[in-house]
Amino acid sequence: MHVGRGGSTTAAALARRRPWRIGNLGDALSRTVFAGLGLSLLALALLMAYELVLESRHSIRAFGWGFLTGTRWDPVDQVFGAAPAIYGTLVSSVIALMLAVPVSLGAAIFLSEMAPPWLRSPLSFLIEMLAALPSVVLGLWGLYVLVPWVRDFVEKSSLGHLSFIPLFDGPPFGFGMLAAGLILAIMVLPIITAIARDVMQAVPTSQREAMLALGATRWEVILGAVLPYCRSGLMAAVILGLGRALGETMAVTMVIGKGYNITASLFQPASTAASTLASEFNEATYNLYISALVELALILMGITLLLNILARLLVWRVARSPEVIAE
Amino acid sequence: MSGFAYRRRKIASIVVLGLCASSAFVAVGVLALILGFVLLNGINYLNLDFFTHMPTPLGEPGGGVANSIVGSLLIIGVAALIGIPVGVGAGVFLSEYAGARLGNIMRFTADVLTGVPSIVVGVFVYSVVVLKMGHFSALAAGIALAIIMLPIVARSSEEMLKLVPRSQREAALALGITRWRTILSVIIPAARRGLVTGGLLAVARAGGETAPLMFTALGNRFWSLSVTGGPIDALPLRIWRYGIGPYDEWHQQAWAASFVLVLVVLAISLAARLVLTRR
Repeated sequence: MHVGRGGSTTAAALARRRPWRIGNLGDALSRTVFAGLGLSLLALALLMAYELVLESRHSIRAFGWGFLTGTRWDPVDQVFGAAPAIYGTLVSSVIALMLAVPVSLGAAIFLSEMAPPWLRSPLSFLIEMLAALPSVVLGLWGLYVLVPWVRDFVEKSSLGHLSFIPLFDGPPFGFGMLAAGLILAIMVLPIITAIARDVMQAVPTSQREAMLALGATRWEVILGAVLPYCRSGLMAAVILGLGRALGETMAVTMVIGKGYNITASLFQPASTAASTLASEFNEATYNLYISALVELALILMGITLLLNILARLLVWRVARSPEVIAE
Repeated sequence: MSGFAYRRRKIASIVVLGLCASSAFVAVGVLALILGFVLLNGINYLNLDFFTHMPTPLGEPGGGVANSIVGSLLIIGVAALIGIPVGVGAGVFLSEYAGARLGNIMRFTADVLTGVPSIVVGVFVYSVVVLKMGHFSALAAGIALAIIMLPIVARSSEEMLKLVPRSQREAALALGITRWRTILSVIIPAARRGLVTGGLLAVARAGGETAPLMFTALGNRFWSLSVTGGPIDALPLRIWRYGIGPYDEWHQQAWAASFVLVLVVLAISLAARLVLTRR
């Protein structure tokens, strides 16, 4: 034992290094149990990936990479191509980010840099409550409030007269890509706001003071000192918001209107990978059909993995602790 | 000249900061709009029958969603029984045992699992539990929600356990207490509030989930108290089915159910915060 060899060698550090020396049966047992519980996380992730690959094997064998580019999704003819679902997933998420990111960043700047303390915590709390709203409730609201609103006040309004622009072409259903993008924007708004606020608050006060001392206005301080300092963290916030938007199911399924064509129009019904799964998985009647749906799930999981790696790399670049990002 | 330039910068600053402030109020306004609409609409259709009665046959007015409420409680119970102990255990391993490399791999895995869309979890549980059992069940639904809770509980427990001062661990070890006793009787009790908060937040998150239940619980218009016996209903599933259905009575029940679900989820989230901040 080297207990006396230096001030920094503590009992706990020693125990970590040589558990078998100090350990008795209870220690060995508890270590094994906790390790087992911890490793269940890894096992779960691996099992999930394995199972999704296994269950989508019929579809992978039948369509290969063509599954990603095929534009026909036809259960009757047993032809499945995921391109419309992938397109719908990406476009609805991009619409959501375009709407939500500016508002989120503005709100985060307000919460972190401007709001007096008595206003800061109630506002933060309210925005976090928005994140806790169940997705099916937002979907219900979308179905009965947002969709009619989009139909009557967006698609039938002046934008409807711009139908020569492909973006605004199509009949005024209300259901469609635009409604999905809007509801997703509402869902990712609180997530991006909360993370962006945490990231901004982690910027050292000295950065702001230095800029103020140079005679900068408050906005110039934010633009010149705060935002550049936490650029990577803000990118990570947006990426995590994107991850949420890509996989969101219920609310999108209820307002997107189930269409399988790739069109430029925002007014046309569309579908996402998640909404296709939600509306068809229980009705899939033969192996290849189920397999194709599971492959959609596999694609979603793959995208999640990539986004997390990307967010993690960005966060590591500034050596921020990952805790801020996790919640 | 310089006074003019300064004034212009000052005005630009005020304008942009004004925009930021209004975005914060837009965000809060959207919440108020949705919450207000759900609550006002829901409370109109809420009555005692809603909690105590079964769904009526089509066309008959009245009835309630007693079976869905019980089903939800059952599913959440199963999920909490699995997800919270395993999650806390994983948190203990991360904070007390794991070395840097293994710890980082596990944290990354937990973050990926947190980000996996809940419908993917539903598909996964369908193929590993529902297909193997041969039928839908509360157990399968509970496992699906447990998988959603697990990484949340694990990460929050780890953070809370790390907040326990090092000196407390050392004091216990110096008294000759074994490590496992230290963990169980010193560290976990010291972090218990944080652990409760993490568990409650995970329950709130899982309780509102619908997508993972669609392929595991399926939904059921009849009474069921069996954990392993067959399809079971849940409140979010009932909101979904009634919401997209064609009948006005259904829509009203969907609003009432949303009212209940939102209140419960918000109350749990609020409780989680109060547990942590109360002195």
